[in-house]
Amino acid sequence: MSDVPLLRMQGIRKAFSGVTVLEDVDFELRAGETHALLGGNGAGKSTLMKILEGVYTLDAGHVELEGEPIELGSPQSARAHGIAMIFQEFSLVPTLTVAQNIYLTREARTRAGMIDDGALERRAAELLSELGVEIDPGVMVSRLSRASWQLVEIAKALSVNARILIMDEPTASLARSEVQTLYAIIDRLKQRGITIVYITHRLEEVMAVSDRVTVLRDGRLVGTHATSELDMDKLIELIIGRAVETLQWNERSVDRSGTPLLELRGVSTKTGLRDVSLEVHAGEILGLAGLMGSGRSELARAVFGIDAIDSGQILVRGEPVRIRRPGDAIEHGIVLVPEDRRAQGLVMDHSVQRNLTLTLLRRLARRGLIDDGEGRQISEYYAEQLGIRARSLGTPVRRLSGGNQQKVVVAKWLATEPDILVLDEPTVGVDIGAKAEIIELVRGLADEGKAIIAISSELAEVLALADRILVLRDGTVDRSLERTEISDEPELHRLVQEAAA
Amino acid sequence: MSGLQAALKRGGVLAGAFDWRRNILYIAFVVLLITFSAVLGDQGFTSSNNLLNIVRQTAIISVMAVAVTFVIGAGEIDLSVGAVAGLASVVAAMAIDAYGVVPGIMAGVLLGVVVGSINGALLVVVGIPSFLVTLAMLGIAHGTAQWITNSAPQPILSDSFNNIFGSGDLGPIPSLVVWTAVAVAIGHVLLRRAPYGRNVLATGGNEEAARFSGVPTKRIKFMVMVGSATVAAVAGMLYAGRLQSGRFQWGEGDELSVIAAVILGGTSLFGGTASVIGTLFGSLLIGVINNGLILMGLEFSQQQIIRGAIILLAVALVTRD
Repeated sequence: MSDVPLLRMQGIRKAFSGVTVLEDVDFELRAGETHALLGGNGAGKSTLMKILEGVYTLDAGHVELEGEPIELGSPQSARAHGIAMIFQEFSLVPTLTVAQNIYLTREARTRAGMIDDGALERRAAELLSELGVEIDPGVMVSRLSRASWQLVEIAKALSVNARILIMDEPTASLARSEVQTLYAIIDRLKQRGITIVYITHRLEEVMAVSDRVTVLRDGRLVGTHATSELDMDKLIELIIGRAVETLQWNERSVDRSGTPLLELRGVSTKTGLRDVSLEVHAGEILGLAGLMGSGRSELARAVFGIDAIDSGQILVRGEPVRIRRPGDAIEHGIVLVPEDRRAQGLVMDHSVQRNLTLTLLRRLARRGLIDDGEGRQISEYYAEQLGIRARSLGTPVRRLSGGNQQKVVVAKWLATEPDILVLDEPTVGVDIGAKAEIIELVRGLADEGKAIIAISSELAEVLALADRILVLRDGTVDRSLERTEISDEPELHRLVQEAAA
Repeated sequence: MSGLQAALKRGGVLAGAFDWRRNILYIAFVVLLITFSAVLGDQGFTSSNNLLNIVRQTAIISVMAVAVTFVIGAGEIDLSVGAVAGLASVVAAMAIDAYGVVPGIMAGVLLGVVVGSINGALLVVVGIPSFLVTLAMLGIAHGTAQWITNSAPQPILSDSFNNIFGSGDLGPIPSLVVWTAVAVAIGHVLLRRAPYGRNVLATGGNEEAARFSGVPTKRIKFMVMVGSATVAAVAGMLYAGRLQSGRFQWGEGDELSVIAAVILGGTSLFGGTASVIGTLFGSLLIGVINNGLILMGLEFSQQQIIRGAIILLAVALVTRD
């Protein structure tokens, strides 16, 4: 490897309307490495990458490619320099075929000037087989799995001879087995000398896949390290800037002698739940673990009245209840913090206060009109309780960081003073600092006597939170375990994998 | 947490800054008024009579547009308002002739409720997009109005009906202006302050999140369709009262002016944000343009071109990112 790095960004500065988001940041990529870019929400990762993609222009600093200074004024010029983004929200046209998507706007033509789909498919097939993936280039993209979409995205980037691929949370929508496929692809890309910038919140992925790590915090460079020199604790320390035990389990005493607050008896649904029974007591945190498709979210949706129950019973405080819509669930004190906060949790264009009080409209109404003064008081109270950081309560939630958005979702449900909280992926896409705060918050709620069902695909989180853990498989309860029966994360991993096998 | 309080203060200062984009409608309105006053002062543009005329001429559009603001705010559309107004005008006129004024008014309102319920049910129960439902309803309502009247005007001989709806005055104020004021006042309070309005905007802003928050989104969508058709029926009776007859052509093509007024008023075509006051000024802006162009002595064909261009310009400025 020569001394000249493939890409060097030096002294990068960027400010938006007077607020500095990047200050004197250096970032360097070596040819053929996989380089993880880490930092909490608002650390400046996306801004730095958007400069590299040519979306933002830099205020100060310069960029060199193989020692030559380059201008990245537009996405087109970035692409011309071989820099491509693999989009988090996929940018494919679902109704076109794989080959048509890969060569969109660069189609091969027949002599008559018509698009030559045969030639496109042959070229796409070559490209895909070089990547080692088996996707039929003639199939319509909408019929592929999410994981395959991403592979097509990668193939599309390679088809324009990209040398640097930026992957932003590439595993966010992938199942575990698909993550392994992605790792294999990344390996193959490395062999071809492709450089990858890998942005993620999941540190285990960083350890698994990256050669080097660059950490940003508050718009400044914390440092660049070889991954082999780091471990998980060191990484966490670099990201949040102080050594904390984020995911530590504290044994809590739970009184299970009385009637459970929530009980399910033999619940089945058309969405795939089969004969699910469980109980949660006041003050208890029940963790649900299982692979994608094991019925975790389906359970949450059924309890909250989103999906109809075909057979079985739901009991609240020992009384059978009928829950046919979310309004019924809320009336019985059951609330759901859904897994996708953008699609299901928030009206992104509405303000913090609007979102926070959406669940309270009936309570805030005085002779038919909403008392916005009281709405403001309640919003201020919960913003302070949960440490929601927003410019004001009138700020659209779109402008908040992921962690703060999630806190708004939690706040709007806490404000209804529920007894039973179902939390589906409560910390997905939030930075580590906010994650620790949310976990602490959930424990506090259980201590107040609320019954909590916590669903997470991150087993470390389930282990940190739960007093008891259910492992789900194919829509049924595979095992019910006391937290004390499980010694560590690898053991729970094995149990979940066994359940799936 | 002092950080939040400090942040709140900072936000307050920034919120004081003038938001040009959000206020572009009002700026355009004032600019047009001044321009027309300067150019057309001699032709009587600024006379109180003319200005009152503008409000009167736009009144029926304004009333319908208030209800359509809720429809668009909820992320739906209603193309049938003009045709429903026409049908209501003939239904009311025929019922007045046969049974008297009060049954006539009730028949008109009932027609709106029935048509709106059909629209709403097809939208939320059957799941047909509101664009298609109301496009079909436009044809059905218009055709029915023409068919049951054999295309003939239905005269209304009741002076009390005509005075209440459209022709008369309340003291110095034309009744059409009173209707507009009442519609805007009710619509504004309902949208801004009532739980219903919040639910409408939450449904339009993110239907799934609204449902996950316990908002009965289907009922809300049903309600906006019923509200829109019912208000359109009342608007049809305003036409009938003003022109002292029911006729299937009343309201023809109004859906375009109504939607233009709502969008000019700053309501997002995709739902989630809406303003009734904005809608009123959107409607008045269209009225001022029409009036000014007529006073300028332009031919109808020229008026249409200039009106289209001004509306495009204004909407471009309102919706620009």
